[in-house]
Amino acid sequence: MAATARQLVGEVLDPTSEVMTLQMGPSHPATHGTIKFNLRLDGEKILACEVEIGYLHRGFEKMCEQRTWNHVVPYTDRLNYASPLINNVAFALAAEKLLELEVPERCQYIRMIMSEISRITDHLTCLGMAATEAGAISVGFYMLEARETLYDLVTAVTGARLTVSYTRVGGITYDLPQGFAGMVKDAFQSIRQILADCDKLLSRNRIFVDRMSGVGVLSQEDAISYGVTGPLLRATGVPYDVRKAQPYLFYDRVEFDVPTGTQGDNYDRFTVRFEEIKQSMRIVEQALGQLPPGPICVDDPRVVLPAKRDVYGSIEGLMNHFKLVIEGVKIPPGEVYVPVEGANGELGFYLVSDGSGRPYRVRVRPPCFFGMAALGEMLKGYLVSDIITTFGMINMIGGECDR
Amino acid sequence: MADTELPGKVATTFPGKVVETYSLHGNDTVVIRRDDAVEIFRTLRDDPTFAFNMLVDLTAVDFLGREPRFEVVYHLYSLTLNHRLRVKIRVPEDDATVPSVSSLWKSANWLEREVWDMFGIRFTDHPDLRRILMYEEFHGHPLRKDYPVNKRQPLVEERDPITNPWYKK
Repeated sequence: MAATARQLVGEVLDPTSEVMTLQMGPSHPATHGTIKFNLRLDGEKILACEVEIGYLHRGFEKMCEQRTWNHVVPYTDRLNYASPLINNVAFALAAEKLLELEVPERCQYIRMIMSEISRITDHLTCLGMAATEAGAISVGFYMLEARETLYDLVTAVTGARLTVSYTRVGGITYDLPQGFAGMVKDAFQSIRQILADCDKLLSRNRIFVDRMSGVGVLSQEDAISYGVTGPLLRATGVPYDVRKAQPYLFYDRVEFDVPTGTQGDNYDRFTVRFEEIKQSMRIVEQALGQLPPGPICVDDPRVVLPAKRDVYGSIEGLMNHFKLVIEGVKIPPGEVYVPVEGANGELGFYLVSDGSGRPYRVRVRPPCFFGMAALGEMLKGYLVSDIITTFGMINMIGGECDR
Repeated sequence: MADTELPGKVATTFPGKVVETYSLHGNDTVVIRRDDAVEIFRTLRDDPTFAFNMLVDLTAVDFLGREPRFEVVYHLYSLTLNHRLRVKIRVPEDDATVPSVSSLWKSANWLEREVWDMFGIRFTDHPDLRRILMYEEFHGHPLRKDYPVNKRQPLVEERDPITNPWYKK
């Protein structure tokens, strides 16, 4: 097929060249994630990019229909595995909304703190990997070091680094450990130091800025039409953040800013995420200051497992435990859509219940799915090497995009 | 924040075209007929009293045993007015087609492909309706309730991706 570039884009690029078809992926060393790009190239220039996803499809939504409501929580860990706690919290909030359940204040604060810590780990993963792929490998290591201090916090609270399964319908599994505020203070101190170093290394680094600035531009209009949310949308100048627009948990009780960009290019996406890390730390510090004492689960035997001494000490407790584990929490029939601000944008759970102990339908609105849909548009006219940085800034997480 | 009048406002804007309206758990919902869908969605997007400039989500639910069997569910959000609306279209099994809204919102393109892939609901006038998460040779639509969870799929022939790509050239 010898279509010339002129026929395809209607302008003279290089009259002697032919259009080349290049398949990039699905297992390419420079793309973290299994994804395929079908490219049509004029030399190094991208005329069209068609994105193929689905390589990590595991049937998340189908699996959820086979299990009880609380069994879904471990599956949500494996959606966006760079910030599993946000997924846990979003699912719990949606299920509780169906139950019209109000969880205790302490529980809500802890969920907020852990969500923000997760958001920082997600952003550090994204930025560190993007910097590594752009050649700044030492920044990647610094950011992973910062992320590791946060994983230590997550491990201290949940017992796991990634597969945290921290929330339950009606509460959370464990309270914060003793001395948690001090641990957070130490961790944030070292993260602030590392971020300052990374800022010096990158923000005015000629090579990095040249690779990022003015690349992968998505206009505000297109971003909205593609349903893109999160840092990608904010980089185009729209200050949309679910935490501000429709506050959930106690985001209306803490102060934070929503950073925005102006150009909608990769550099803006980078700086928006960089700034959001600092804002998330602000939120955690304020929430720790406001954290009230009290229970971490609702006091409702229809929803929350009884204490172990009741399970082993009384027949009622044993029966209650058995029914909740085998049949699951009975959620009245209905449907609900609950959006939260995930690390990559609006993460929504659309749940349909038929009144049994199992979900009738669990639908996740995966934020990076929309970014991937817009990727072809973002790459048009740029170079092959720009795929790497643009794809890195979308921060596609296979588990979430393909479910 | 939540505009409780919203479903009523939609119903008065389109007299006789809204089948049902309700609000549940703070989510406003309207049910419409598929023949009016594109017209209603265009007004919801362009009319400044609604200004739903973002199609946040599009999915379907299979109510096997109920008639009509499928519900296609749209979640709309307005960045300017900060309100949300859920729109539903009920679709029977023997004629599972819905008009595409990909000309109104670009996000609908992939979302409709996913609903076709998972539920086998066709979107008329879609520019490129093919599977997105599954491969082209996949048998059936996995999120239908009558698709067994442990069903196996036949092995498929190896395909040369250059000479015989999945997508149409």
